[in-house]
Amino acid sequence: MASQAADTNLDETPEAIVVRFAGDSGDGMQLTGGQFTLSTALAGNDLATFPDFPAEIRAPQGTLFGVSAFQINFGSREINTAGDAPDVLVAMNPAALKVNVDALKPGGLVIIDTGEFSKRNLDKAKYDVSPLDDDSLAKWNVLAFDISALTIEAVKPFGLGNKDALRSKNMWTLGLALWMFDRSRAPIEDWLRSKFKTKPDIADANIAALNAGHAYGETAELSGPIKQTHVPPVESAPGLYRTITGAEAISLGLVAGAQLAELPMFFGGYPITPASAILHHLAQLKEFGVTTFQAEDEIAAICASIGASYAGQLGVTSSSGPGIALKSEAMGLAIMTELPLVIVNSQRGGPSTGLPTKTEQSDLYQAVYGRNGDAPMPVVSCSSPGDAFECAIEACRIATEYMTPVMLLTDGYIANAAEPWLVPDPANYTSFPAKFLEEKNAKDDGGETLLPYKRDEKGARPWIKPGTPGLMHRIGGIEKAVDTGHIDYAPDNHQVMTDARINKVLGVAVPDQDVALGETSGKLAVVGWGSTFGPIHQAVRRARAKGLDVSHIHVRHIWPLPKNLGPLLHSFDQVLVPEMNTGQFKTVLRDQYLVDAQPLTKTSGQPFAISELETAIAKFFDGIPDNEGGTVPASDTQLPSPMLDEG
Amino acid sequence: MNAPVKIETTLKDWETDQEVRWCPGCGDYAILKAVQRTLPKLGCDPSNTVFISGIGCSSRFPYYMETYGFHTIHGRAPALATGVKLANPDLDIWLVTGDGDGLSIGGNHMMHVLRRNVNMQIMLFNNEIYGLTKGQASPTSREGTKSPSTPLGSYDHPARPCAFALGSGARFVARGFDVSKKLPEVLSAAHAHQGAAFIEIFQNCIVYNKDVFGEFASPKGADAHQLWLENGEPMLFGSEKSGGVKGIALDVEKLALKVVDVADGDWQAADVLVHDVTNRSIAHMLVELPFGPFPMALGVLYDDPRPTFEAAVIEERAKSSAGKEANLAKLLAKGQTWTVDDKDGHPA
Repeated sequence: MASQAADTNLDETPEAIVVRFAGDSGDGMQLTGGQFTLSTALAGNDLATFPDFPAEIRAPQGTLFGVSAFQINFGSREINTAGDAPDVLVAMNPAALKVNVDALKPGGLVIIDTGEFSKRNLDKAKYDVSPLDDDSLAKWNVLAFDISALTIEAVKPFGLGNKDALRSKNMWTLGLALWMFDRSRAPIEDWLRSKFKTKPDIADANIAALNAGHAYGETAELSGPIKQTHVPPVESAPGLYRTITGAEAISLGLVAGAQLAELPMFFGGYPITPASAILHHLAQLKEFGVTTFQAEDEIAAICASIGASYAGQLGVTSSSGPGIALKSEAMGLAIMTELPLVIVNSQRGGPSTGLPTKTEQSDLYQAVYGRNGDAPMPVVSCSSPGDAFECAIEACRIATEYMTPVMLLTDGYIANAAEPWLVPDPANYTSFPAKFLEEKNAKDDGGETLLPYKRDEKGARPWIKPGTPGLMHRIGGIEKAVDTGHIDYAPDNHQVMTDARINKVLGVAVPDQDVALGETSGKLAVVGWGSTFGPIHQAVRRARAKGLDVSHIHVRHIWPLPKNLGPLLHSFDQVLVPEMNTGQFKTVLRDQYLVDAQPLTKTSGQPFAISELETAIAKFFDGIPDNEGGTVPASDTQLPSPMLDEG
Repeated sequence: MNAPVKIETTLKDWETDQEVRWCPGCGDYAILKAVQRTLPKLGCDPSNTVFISGIGCSSRFPYYMETYGFHTIHGRAPALATGVKLANPDLDIWLVTGDGDGLSIGGNHMMHVLRRNVNMQIMLFNNEIYGLTKGQASPTSREGTKSPSTPLGSYDHPARPCAFALGSGARFVARGFDVSKKLPEVLSAAHAHQGAAFIEIFQNCIVYNKDVFGEFASPKGADAHQLWLENGEPMLFGSEKSGGVKGIALDVEKLALKVVDVADGDWQAADVLVHDVTNRSIAHMLVELPFGPFPMALGVLYDDPRPTFEAAVIEERAKSSAGKEANLAKLLAKGQTWTVDDKDGHPA
């Protein structure tokens, strides 16, 4: 592949490029990646990112477990994933090189800061011999030079000590990357000026480093192995765009959902990775009628939110797997008392503490089944950062229209990843104003009476705010009598109420399932949910381009499932369910539809690569010409690394 | 918060049509009546009153009050009540809990509702036993309590509810007991306090821990063993009949309280302390007084309000919203944006 790239020249216009920035967790790689993302979005490329960082805040410097990486895939076509193998790897130290270089495409470009390749750092990265001195990097193009020294040189005029000067290394690297992809430095300069408003010296030093990196690219072009590449803008729907992460989108979606319900929002949270970002965002949005409450624990966070819903606000709570487990009993209370509540679960690797900063989809059972008693609850899942906005609104709608807690599933990948987002117009959403009971709702012998558990046509009971004159009543976690809501342990009553709760949730109106790509019947349906959308979509696209009869179905409403999903799945010969767990949604589909859904599972804490899915899809087409054993080669729409010049 | 409007009601207005399901003779009946007697006197409005409880015998309380009521889950009532109060600070909230609910499974929430100072009345019914689960030792059971789970007697050291409350930062700490005539006074003082008002109410569990408070709560023990604290009044107890009038004085050497004899009513001569409800140091000593050598300190032990949590939340929300426009369209389009024109080059 590298040889194909040898003729690459300045005019080469690749469709998509994958760049990974990797360094020590103190090197500012997430910042570098974030700013590169912004400049890429401003250049009009479509993009997807994958921040991958350690759980430790300041892991010991130079260690393998302290490596932080940020991957971005950008291009002039639609991008759905952060990309499989990078075309370019920037490795700021030996540990970053060791952890990341094997992912690099053969022939890809690796940029190395030799200033960090001391004996000590090599030891920490468990290199016996410097990889710069043996042939272990032979299959890649290596551009190794002393970025540290160049940075120190660049910021010398600002009188910083070496330690402070080296903090600008990431900006030097960013400058080089901006040059490589023909990006404007102006927005980064603006950002630095505003970030260091009170420290103009630091801003100047960082801008000097940025400019020096950029200048190095221009100079190196004359003699070195790198070339400038221009990736033209993608064709997108016209409109106003911004980049958005899943955590931002969920926060904004919740605010929008509360507005559409015409309710103030109460958000009870407790710090947990990767869910805290939602608490942080919402804490800044008080002018939208948002109250944020950092509770003493996960249980208090959900209980306070239930209390707020009881008092007439839209209660929202958020956590990740371990915290969701703690909230389970209170979810049962919200189900029993039939109060609206949105529970956001930013899934991470489990069980127990598991992998706090890595992604997984292993809380699906917990969401659908994970409570004591028959405790039905609607579950909505987000498939991308932008989709999270829509899903959050959907969760608010279901919660308030049906008087039920709703779980909104997202994951660590969606929470942290950024993508360009066509800014929606709030005027285009239909509002669903919450209604409160103001007077007694039934008649008895003596006149008017209150029935707190009298159901409407949707099976929902009335929402009655304490403080409403004359409507005093008691609710709680003990089984309720039909209509009156009094304590009632009678066998028949429990049967009726259990059925009523189940039927209410099963009756939640969810849109019919559509096909994301392909046909409504055929040989193979690849059925996904959540953040696997991107890799599944691309893999199915490529398989279809090869002529394989495969379609992509992506389910947003995990519970209740869309009414047409069963017939839709049965209209395919085979069903493949890729998910980042050991096969949880597969089990739900088998149970609900008696369909022979085949699992494709992954629990490495990393998203699926497109190639993994392509291979799995191809295996279903054994027996077709040229495909014994599923060996049809993947059509590589990602061109080989375009930055190479071996000549 | 609006000033509460006083409403005229009678005891009957606060009773529900639900059959009370406590054991005959349970101390809870007396507490229920005391509350139902107190609320009309305070001019409270049933529509604006919420009783919130956890799990346990005491936590059935809301079902018997003709108010809004929420019987929540074990130990979590303080957290739920915090959410209710933040969502509607005008509501008058009474929390009902017990020694197991409030100090064992819900100890954490109890600590935080007190330190945050959320404005509500917290009634902790202390019967030193788990009643609803049939009589296991609780965190307030005295050492040696024999129960199904502690057949040879319990050996863990009991928690002291009022000491816990004060240590958690409570600004109002009071004590009463189920059949006490003075309980409504204590409840009224708690209601008057702006902030989290903690009331430990000794409650006789006649089935599993009968008369465990008999020594001071029975009429014959009243004189000798009840120290009723009144703000501005000397700390006196006992009578000639019970073996002499006594008082509580400060042992300056040991920095501790001591019992002194008062002769001829001259308590000043005996250096008896005058109760100052705002004196936090003395309050710490009062909540720790061992019963036996000392009488049971009852009434309002400490009352020194400071700003409430909900007031701070409201203020912070106002401050952080000041001058900002709640425009969702603008919020969505915040940050660095770019525009993609349509194919003919017309700006979108």
